[in-house]
Amino acid sequence: MILQVAFIYFAAVTVFSALMVITRKNPVHCALYMLAVFTHVAGLFVLLDAEFVAAVQVLVYAGAILVLFLFVIMLFRGDGMKDKARFVSGWPIVAPIAIALMGLLMSILMHSGFSGAQGSYTIEAVRSAGNSQVIGMALYTDYLFPFEIASVILLVAMVGAIVLAKKKAD
Amino acid sequence: MIPLSWYIALSVLMFSIGVLGVLIRRNVIIIFMCIELILNSVNIAMVAFAHYLNSVRGQIFVLFIMTVAAAEAAIGLAIIIAMYRNKETLNTSDINIMKW
Amino acid sequence: MPTISTADLAAISPEIIVLCSAMAVLIMGLFVKKEWRFLLGYLSVAGLAAAADRTWAMRSVVHGAFSGMFILDGYATYFKMVFYVAAAIALLISISYVRMENIEKGEYYGLILFATAGMMVMASGSDLMTVYLGIELMALSIYVLAGFLRKSLRSNEAALKYFLLGAFSSGILLYGIALIYGITGTTNLHDIAAFIQTGTYSKPALILSMILMLAGFGFKVAAVPFHMWTPDVYEGAPTSVTAFMSVGPKAAAFAAFLRVFITALPQIQADWTIIIAALAILSMLIGNVVAISQTNIKRMLAYSSIAHAGYAMVGFVAGGAEGISSVMTYLLIYVFMNLGAFGMVVALSRGGMTGERIEDFAGLSKKNKMAALLMLIFMFSLAGIPPTAGFIGKFNIFMAALNSGFLWLALIMVVMSAVSAFFYLRVVLVMYMKEPEDDRKLTPNLSMYTAMAVAAYAVLYIGMNPSGVIDFAMKSVSGLM
Repeated sequence: MILQVAFIYFAAVTVFSALMVITRKNPVHCALYMLAVFTHVAGLFVLLDAEFVAAVQVLVYAGAILVLFLFVIMLFRGDGMKDKARFVSGWPIVAPIAIALMGLLMSILMHSGFSGAQGSYTIEAVRSAGNSQVIGMALYTDYLFPFEIASVILLVAMVGAIVLAKKKAD
Repeated sequence: MIPLSWYIALSVLMFSIGVLGVLIRRNVIIIFMCIELILNSVNIAMVAFAHYLNSVRGQIFVLFIMTVAAAEAAIGLAIIIAMYRNKETLNTSDINIMKW
Repeated sequence: MPTISTADLAAISPEIIVLCSAMAVLIMGLFVKKEWRFLLGYLSVAGLAAAADRTWAMRSVVHGAFSGMFILDGYATYFKMVFYVAAAIALLISISYVRMENIEKGEYYGLILFATAGMMVMASGSDLMTVYLGIELMALSIYVLAGFLRKSLRSNEAALKYFLLGAFSSGILLYGIALIYGITGTTNLHDIAAFIQTGTYSKPALILSMILMLAGFGFKVAAVPFHMWTPDVYEGAPTSVTAFMSVGPKAAAFAAFLRVFITALPQIQADWTIIIAALAILSMLIGNVVAISQTNIKRMLAYSSIAHAGYAMVGFVAGGAEGISSVMTYLLIYVFMNLGAFGMVVALSRGGMTGERIEDFAGLSKKNKMAALLMLIFMFSLAGIPPTAGFIGKFNIFMAALNSGFLWLALIMVVMSAVSAFFYLRVVLVMYMKEPEDDRKLTPNLSMYTAMAVAAYAVLYIGMNPSGVIDFAMKSVSGLM
């Protein structure tokens, strides 16, 4: 019972904040609603016994990505920031199409059971070994190759950001 | 026990909100935030599936998605800064030397 | 407890070589004086050659490495060779261009190598996780390269549009991956196929997940209706980068696209065949028809690249070893002819926008006979006129479509090729029939000439002796089937 209530709370705030992100005029407000989305999604991860992912969600999304967004928004305190119009002119046509597509997605996915192959990481097994330990073991054995590629992606991001945003070219 | 379908419904809702936001907003930073909403909807679905399938793959995948999201944020915002230096706008309707 | 064997490390040695040369170029770019920076370009080509040597040495090895994350097989080997060729020619074209545009930095060469590494991971990814990360490694490098002319608003715009739409399409691709993970409980391509064959699943959800992934890949190969970004990004990006991204990432996207759909989703082949056939028709139609009215040659080649994605998808629809190998052959040929055409645009450009209008080719035959002849060869090849390689590529796809009963698709392809001749030959007409607007000479240089000579030789050689390439593609595809 308590779990259901918690889920409903987290889900309701997430959806409400997401709606606010796509409708608010001021980008700073949008960014703060994003913060609410990120933290409440982290709450959902805790409900799903994914404590490590929840912690990373808060650290990376709320701590790094969102701060970056806010910095950039603050940098642009100028005329460019004022949206002449919030939405594209065709939004009364686009919005119903998007809602209809959502209905389609919902009707397909709600009526299909997701009964994929069961893995060996049962909740009890993960709990007894510790969530972070299990993820760490998996990350450095089975998933070592993607892990290395991810590190290269971060290097490219670093190089790219410096190349593009550096003040003076040599 | 919360049924899996609740999480899927939430994820579909978030995904649709994100897609709608990308399609209707004009401010490039907000469009980018909407893309982050889409990625979060994927994360919810992945972790929920991982939980109900007793698999750790979904959680690992989410960690990689977050890594890529961080890299995308760095590069995307750098592109926006580079453009803002040349032309003080963030509105897609002003970004039109070449037609969309 | 899975352990990493030396065989695993040997399998990824080409990737390691490419990444190491990328980092070496990055670091050396900081110390090397400006007048010597062109050497970094040659160093990058040398790195690619070393990687190509390793890949070629392992061409008969089939090895699944890193717990099913990575696979080395003939198919991956074939595509890696295509990427090396594409990146090397693009680097040779770039060397004089980046100097002229004043963007000669180690980062430029480094990012091209990083993008190449990403493409190699895409071709070798046997798990949706590695395929996704490969796509992102490639795409992030290309976003930066597209915006490399920081002072140019058009370059900024190209980078921003490519980035926003690219990130959006990755999100859609990821949602498809998430759904297939829920349906099958895995992201490994072989395990997905095994589950779909034996397990119970709901078909509508699987179809939905397939459509979402198709949209993601459709964006990467620039197929209609996911092509909106192509003309703007191709026009605004630095020309040498456009040259690279019109061939390398497109071939890589096809490599991943084909592997994912053929390995993981053979059970619903009938469903995706229909959708891809529709995309192929739309791409050929819109790409070729809209290209006719373009006045900017980069924009024209952008629409032509959409049309060529359509031709390649015809081979995909035909399927089977014959169809897939025809796509692979076509992509290799496309690398040579399209890089050749873009190389000529680079050779003509004088910074800014000059040399990008089709009119800028006016009277080229009087100014420089050799350059006009090379452009003629590339245009004939893109139009598919014998005896060039472009004809062989299209003919193979045509036969594959015919043999698997897609007569109507093959016919549309022929009609659309005829339409395409119109705008390719217009460039030739402008070069040979019009008087030059000015008497500025082309300033040829060694690296550009080498690249153009290699591309033109390949186009003519494959056009007259196609059996070697076709056999190589045919042999390489066997691992996938």
